[in-house]
Amino acid sequence: MTTVATVTDEGTDSPYALSHLNALESEAVHIFREVAGEFENPVILFSGGKDSILMLHLALKAFAPAAIPFSLLHVDTGHNFPEVLEYRDRVVAEHGLRLHVASVQEYIDRGVLKERPDGTRNPLQTLPLTEKIQSERFDAVFGGGRRDEEKARAKERVFSLRDEFSQWDPRRQRPELWQLYNGRHAPGEHVRVFPLSNWTELDVWQYIAREDIELPGIYFAHEREVFQRSGMWLTAGEWGGPKESETVETRLVRYRTVGDMSCTGAVDSDATTLDAVITEIAASRLTERGATRADDKMSEAAMEDRKREGYF
Amino acid sequence: MSNSTAEPVKPLSTEQLSATTLLRFATAGSVDDGKSTLVGRLLHDSKSVLTDQLEAVERASASRGADAPDLALLTDGLRAEREQGITIDVAYRYFATARRRFILADTPGHVQYTRNMVTGASTADLAVVLVDARNGVIEQTRRHAAVAALLRVPHVVLAVNKMDLVAYDETVFAKIAEEFTAYAGELGVPEITAIPISALAGDNVVDPSSNMDWYGGPTVLEHLETVPVSHDLATCHARLPVQYVIRPQTAEHPDYRGYAGQIAAGAFRVGESVTVLPSGRTSKVAGIDLLGQPVDVAWTPQSVTLLLEDDIDISRGDLIVPSGDAPATTQDVEATVCHVADTALSVGQRVLLKHTTRTVKAIVKEIPSRLTLDDLSQHPEPGRLVANDIGRVKIRTAEPLALDSYADSRRTGSFLLIDPSDGTTLAAGMAGDAFATPADEPAADAATDGSDDGWDF
Repeated sequence: MTTVATVTDEGTDSPYALSHLNALESEAVHIFREVAGEFENPVILFSGGKDSILMLHLALKAFAPAAIPFSLLHVDTGHNFPEVLEYRDRVVAEHGLRLHVASVQEYIDRGVLKERPDGTRNPLQTLPLTEKIQSERFDAVFGGGRRDEEKARAKERVFSLRDEFSQWDPRRQRPELWQLYNGRHAPGEHVRVFPLSNWTELDVWQYIAREDIELPGIYFAHEREVFQRSGMWLTAGEWGGPKESETVETRLVRYRTVGDMSCTGAVDSDATTLDAVITEIAASRLTERGATRADDKMSEAAMEDRKREGYF
Repeated sequence: MSNSTAEPVKPLSTEQLSATTLLRFATAGSVDDGKSTLVGRLLHDSKSVLTDQLEAVERASASRGADAPDLALLTDGLRAEREQGITIDVAYRYFATARRRFILADTPGHVQYTRNMVTGASTADLAVVLVDARNGVIEQTRRHAAVAALLRVPHVVLAVNKMDLVAYDETVFAKIAEEFTAYAGELGVPEITAIPISALAGDNVVDPSSNMDWYGGPTVLEHLETVPVSHDLATCHARLPVQYVIRPQTAEHPDYRGYAGQIAAGAFRVGESVTVLPSGRTSKVAGIDLLGQPVDVAWTPQSVTLLLEDDIDISRGDLIVPSGDAPATTQDVEATVCHVADTALSVGQRVLLKHTTRTVKAIVKEIPSRLTLDDLSQHPEPGRLVANDIGRVKIRTAEPLALDSYADSRRTGSFLLIDPSDGTTLAAGMAGDAFATPADEPAADAATDGSDDGWDF
């Protein structure tokens, strides 16, 4: 071949090697297209967090110049950051997408779910999610889960079969060979699909910076009224914090993850730009979940147990 | 971040962070040869284990009454694994250096989990086979070499571990390296690098060892950072399995019709004549969209959309190839399969065969032989294959497939057999010959085990 020198991928020293971000992007796009080709009614779980925003961006690229052939599903805990809801509604309108909402508050109001004593609603998401999957007959559900997040997630397949109760059985997973994803499933079963499986937190941020993807402002350092609980800075709000014994103070913080306000902590930070965030994460000695998620600290196998029941 | 509790690490520059390539590798080792320690040390010494993860391991180790943190708890993620202290399933780990990002398929070493080793090796550019320096090359080592050869992993590293327990003796290492290299070379493993290490003491894993001045080669990490991952595309047959047809049908793009897929091998160029299989229709590449951006050339493993000059009938499952470099289409597939399901695969069984983006009905016509990795013995006409068996099969498909030999293309020479009744993945298939025959000597000389008369099973 004579044109080798002209096709060098940026940032690599060998002619046909892809940079790691291009390799991850290509793999994720392949996964989106496989699902579009094999399933009848897929949906993307969309929380307004960076991983789901990245999924949406990759899906837009995968099918350009056509529209994304999937709808979105938000599992709404009722304890949302207002900036995130605003972002969600804006991108849905901008791209002409269809948004489904599974509401935890509605389940509580109907008396089907009960508020937990600790106030966290993360574990309560499983039932509204799985019932929505059944009622809308979704057969493939994209999640932004990454294997670097947590040791049970490190065991997750890219295509993960769930039974009619949405349960995950880690001991009965299909082997995943080459790039040949097996999406066969019986009626009532569905497949959870994780196109970001092989991305790390740093990859996500580098890619967001490279592609200049807009994020909700809570990912960047800003002054916020917070109080301390179990070693984390939580945002004061209508969801029930702070208690009388807890003191609110104004601090310069940002979020590494976006989830339910009652159990997602902020970190002290002065990173106001993408570059500053990347520098901060590259130097951090804490994982994003270790730094900011209370629910994962409940037990050594908290994530595995919730995933078995149908959590994403 | 002010909530860091460990010593600060010098952050990589933004430039360093983006100028990296990705290496996928798999580890294979027996139960007590120190695989978890090696993985733990690679993660730990490359600063990929973060404070809260280490604290969790320390807490869990202490609550089990252990004296020191058990690094295996970093990698054993499931309840059952921690309870039994063994690795059941493949786990994927991520770490990075300034030069490269790594995806590590951490595969169990137990004989009964051969299928998981196959899973890990199927996407690996490199496999690390561990041996205990005190025991040398054992049956399990030969099994790992055989799986690496079978899956055609391009690079194999032999890590001779526990050198500290043999007084860092060069002759011990040299003997093991020679025996393994001869054995694996005969199986057709293209490149073998032997490295003497002590995962426990840290010799030659990340930092060069002062205990083995006689060794002049790279450490494990240096080798992982520098081994080439790009393919020589000049010798590759270009292949694009069509995944999805993109037709916007909007005012802006009324006539756009693009064939989306990930290039499985080789490169495609605008203006090139192409043939679509299995129909055999031909056209020319009118344009290539690389995720929304037009390019003149694209290569594996880029996900692209191909636009053709002629409006011909193409759908998911078709294969676009350069005219004049098309694989033969066939309904009679001969292959080596690794059986990965708990239910058996039998002669006469109806299955689905998934090859690239195409799934077709098929029937198992013959199972000429079975090789048990357990003792490397062969059994003619076994009639059926059970979990972890590796065997030769002949399959008749309902529709023609454009199948390459696995030796030529891991991506277009591989397939799955699927149970049509419940969707279970039954077997991993590799079309064509099982192992490469050594170029300069007959295959029969390959066996170090007297009972094993060559590899042509």
